[in-house]
Amino acid sequence: MINAMLEVEENTLSTIVGLLQSLLERGIVNALLVPIPTLSLDNVVQTLVLDPARLKGANIIAPVLPVSSAKLVAYLTATGAKGKLGAVMRSCEIRALIELVKLQQAKLEDVVIIGVDCLGTYELTDYAELARSIGKEVSLELLAGSKEGRLSPHNGYQFRSACRICEHFSSDLEGFYQPDIAIRLIGLDSEREVAVMASDELAEKLDLKEEGMPETRMEALEKIAKERASERDRAFSDFRSRVVDVQSLLGEFSTCIRCHNCMVACPICYCKECFFRTDTFYHPSERYFKWAERKGAIRMPTDTLLYQLTRLNHVVISCVGCGMCESACPSHLPLATIFRAIGEGVQAIFDYVPGRRLEEEIPLATFREEELTELG
Amino acid sequence: MREFEPRIIAFLCNWCSYAGADLAGTSRIQYPPNVRIIRLMCSGALDPVYVIKALLEGADGVLIGGCHPGDCHYQNGNYKARRRVAILKSILSQIGFDEERVWLRWISASEAKYFADTVKEMVASLKEKGPNPLKGIGEI
Repeated sequence: MINAMLEVEENTLSTIVGLLQSLLERGIVNALLVPIPTLSLDNVVQTLVLDPARLKGANIIAPVLPVSSAKLVAYLTATGAKGKLGAVMRSCEIRALIELVKLQQAKLEDVVIIGVDCLGTYELTDYAELARSIGKEVSLELLAGSKEGRLSPHNGYQFRSACRICEHFSSDLEGFYQPDIAIRLIGLDSEREVAVMASDELAEKLDLKEEGMPETRMEALEKIAKERASERDRAFSDFRSRVVDVQSLLGEFSTCIRCHNCMVACPICYCKECFFRTDTFYHPSERYFKWAERKGAIRMPTDTLLYQLTRLNHVVISCVGCGMCESACPSHLPLATIFRAIGEGVQAIFDYVPGRRLEEEIPLATFREEELTELG
Repeated sequence: MREFEPRIIAFLCNWCSYAGADLAGTSRIQYPPNVRIIRLMCSGALDPVYVIKALLEGADGVLIGGCHPGDCHYQNGNYKARRRVAILKSILSQIGFDEERVWLRWISASEAKYFADTVKEMVASLKEKGPNPLKGIGEI
């Protein structure tokens, strides 16, 4: 591994664009998946780029996440990528991708993962509003704060709730899967130089030299991780004191309209055809009346809670806490907290951390003969 | 007032537990009539959605029966079922639902008495717990 520093000439973003361009120009990758602002400039979307000239204006630090790119990398590699694909990804996206690879929905053989420190993300509408009023400053003000380990949202705004409780904002995580290239911003003076970590092989192709990593980095990472962890614990204990019985559980999901947006947005929910979208749930008309007769009255549409609880069972073991479900929810159900809090309990049974390492099998795909004997 | 009679939905695997229940019948072993049996090819084929559906519909308990560890007709379906049940129970308890309404038991094709005893034991346990609090709630 080589820790290199790229001197900033014009500005931080153009220096990063320069690095991405050289990946394409030197043939290290044939295509790049990169966040690029839309023409309206009020959104930044993952874009598949083959022409290096089209990278101009790319903004990989923009605090907005319309779609988890884990899903996009799955689309681009499931049946074999055309050449080498470089993908710029945040930590939650990389961890979701690792889960998708284990679920055999994506392949990593032809992918160069370019990890980038996440400075936090706003809801899409908040980002659009901010981008319209303060322009590029929406990204740059976070970059400026990141130097001292301060990731505070713009005055009067909040990050997405998943980000507020996220302690995995950097791919620089001890014991976790490491991207091929990592662009590091937090704890560093990115306005003067950009820190890039690359494998020896890639560093040689990119002419990167070892220059070490300033100590300020670890300090800043730890400071943010600590703040986020206490925010997370607070959210979890709030959830646990709120949901204590059936009545409170019903309250938690009372505004669900069963639109299935959470399932569509979730990078882990990969089934081509979800069980809940099959004919199984187009019941014969008569059946609704029978249910209503037995219970006296039934909520329509039916199966709202069944859907939520089943999704929890199917997904929670691999949930990386990206919160795309909550961002997609028209009722703003606190899904990121629910899934992460319950996920913590479930994952602990198998000492499993989703997205940590490729070698760690998904608990539902394997078993031990001597375990859980208290169940049977 | 009539005594509360719990209703149990039992998902039994074709090769062991269902055969065990069948033997209980043909051997004329008496057990409470509170159980409704659904035959599956393997306990490992039971998606949690069916257990949740049964509970949301008001079943007072769900019994999942499979072959003893090492005896699965499909080598390891029961081990996988055990992991799935562990996840389901963890989720149920974390959302404030009594996970002890869900039982996993290994019952072989020859264990007719054990099947009958399990049902008796479960009925007694559920009578103590009372009806499923979800029963009668239409808002689910």
